[in-house]
Amino acid sequence: MESFKHLIDTISNPTILFTATFLIFFFIFPINDWFDKWNRRLKLYGLWSKKSMLIVTFIMVAFYIVGLSDPDFRLIMLKPDNVPISGLIYLVYFFTWLSMHQAYENDARIERGEPLDEQYDAPNDKVLVWPDLVYIEFISLILCSAFLLIWSISLPAPIEEPANPTESPNPAKAPWYFLGLQEMLVYFDPWMAGVVLPMLIIVGLMAIPYLDNERSGSGYYSFKNRKLSIGLFMFGWLVLWNMLIIVGTILRGPNWNFFGPFEYWDIHKLEALTNINFSEFVYIKWLNTGLPDNIILREIWGLLVLLGYFLILPPLLAKTALKKLFARLGSFRYSIFIVLILIALTLPMKMYLRWIFNLKYIVSIPEYFFNF
Amino acid sequence: MMDKFRNTQFYKSIFRGGGVPKSRRQRMMVVLNSVFLHLHPVRLPKHAVKLKFTWCMGGLSFFIFLVLTISGILLMFYYRPTIEYAYTDIIDLAEQVPFGIMREIHRWGAHAMVITVWLHMFRVFMTGSYKPPREFNWVVGVLLLFLTLLLSFTGYLLPWDQLAIWAITVGSNMARATPFLGHEGPGAALLAIGDINFVTMGSDVRFALIGGRFMGEAALLRFYVLHCVGLPFIIMIFMAIHFWRIRKDGGISTPV
Repeated sequence: MESFKHLIDTISNPTILFTATFLIFFFIFPINDWFDKWNRRLKLYGLWSKKSMLIVTFIMVAFYIVGLSDPDFRLIMLKPDNVPISGLIYLVYFFTWLSMHQAYENDARIERGEPLDEQYDAPNDKVLVWPDLVYIEFISLILCSAFLLIWSISLPAPIEEPANPTESPNPAKAPWYFLGLQEMLVYFDPWMAGVVLPMLIIVGLMAIPYLDNERSGSGYYSFKNRKLSIGLFMFGWLVLWNMLIIVGTILRGPNWNFFGPFEYWDIHKLEALTNINFSEFVYIKWLNTGLPDNIILREIWGLLVLLGYFLILPPLLAKTALKKLFARLGSFRYSIFIVLILIALTLPMKMYLRWIFNLKYIVSIPEYFFNF
Repeated sequence: MMDKFRNTQFYKSIFRGGGVPKSRRQRMMVVLNSVFLHLHPVRLPKHAVKLKFTWCMGGLSFFIFLVLTISGILLMFYYRPTIEYAYTDIIDLAEQVPFGIMREIHRWGAHAMVITVWLHMFRVFMTGSYKPPREFNWVVGVLLLFLTLLLSFTGYLLPWDQLAIWAITVGSNMARATPFLGHEGPGAALLAIGDINFVTMGSDVRFALIGGRFMGEAALLRFYVLHCVGLPFIIMIFMAIHFWRIRKDGGISTPV
């Protein structure tokens, strides 16, 4: 048992957790034919069968129940405001399964030339709202109310000591739905993690219908013809959104250090802070001179890297790997699409630069609060 | 007895048509004649009533919003948004009220709504329902998601306990770093004439949000007003647009 807990603690370290996720993710949600080929070869689509769902559900529930016997796990999972997270984890899994299950079913139907589950011959095939829809709504309302009532009776809302501005708790955490943003603070300056990236998430979500201009595939679950859009959305939604929240809520303790789910939150856990900026790499490590006094001279290398990433990489990709996509989207849509994707990708990139090279910022101009 | 009652002038004046709706025509009239039910169309494609397809998440989000509105109004009777009373009022809600679970319903309902709204977005994405002609309604939906999070965030401060103020402190400290608008944000130092900075700790966007340099009375009042009046007002406007556009864009999405 102890060794099992230790194993879980070890593999839930962000370095291992995210690396494993990044490696397998696009084989499970293939974004192109190459990944799709491997998905079929490894039979990963089997994840969306009913049997897999039952097995995964069993494992999740069993893990949760067994985990609750551990005092540290109980402390973090049963903290009242974290209870919704347990529900969220399972619901996100279940509905991902449900949508992918139906998507693969529909894809198979289309291949066989059969009508879709959602297809109907208007107008003969319509049902009346009264009673067919109204009674379903009624039952869901009652079930939802009952659920809320039971939840409210059995779990008191959290209330801690009266507010005291002079005594800050450690860790001080935002509400759980913002913990993905707080987790990004590890890798980004607040102006990126707290302001620019959230705005780009909103703008990026709003832009989806205008960027994915493939008209077909509306009104039914499908995957085959929407591989790219579903794969990218899933990556954003499952990994960069939900997984970051889960990491921020469950796996971050005092001083925002990492703690496994079965680990005691030791306030004295020490982690070496040896992060250095890109400019220090260039001038001190590689050139063996001191940092120049001139800000522009000091940061020019980092700025060049950023310029190359955001201005030279997109046209380069348009000419090579993303040629087909560029032709389909046109230059305007493509520019917006690629900038959003590149910004989203800075998060995993900065994670690895941090873990491998202890890189803090690529461009760091604290004089003007500009760190990237 | 019931049939007799259904035939009275009184009953008929409220429910036009009278009687249990049995014929197809009567069932259509029920929906058409009700101000609430006529948010729906009269007839739907078959898959629109299947839980497997809709997950019911949009409807539940709306329902939970109504639950939160009602429980929120009840809470407003007892809660006073001042540093002096806020915390004790919250304690009293649980301790002094018999079977006092109204705050629980409100708080867990709020968490539940965040989750149902997310899952609704997920369902709409997976069925490709954001595609033309429904692009704009997706945009409105994203705004509703954003407003839901803001509503939950502003409500988080109101109990005025350690959990509340430090969560909001962490959240609102990020506003300090807003480019150009926060006093620790990139570019803010450029907005100056000579030595006089325009964006300072006393004039930036965080100051506007919490009404002061530190988390205090003004922040509590601002969050209270935003939570109870300002944001519900805005979210209701966008909800009206959202529901209206569902109908105008052709109802629930169907395969073409």
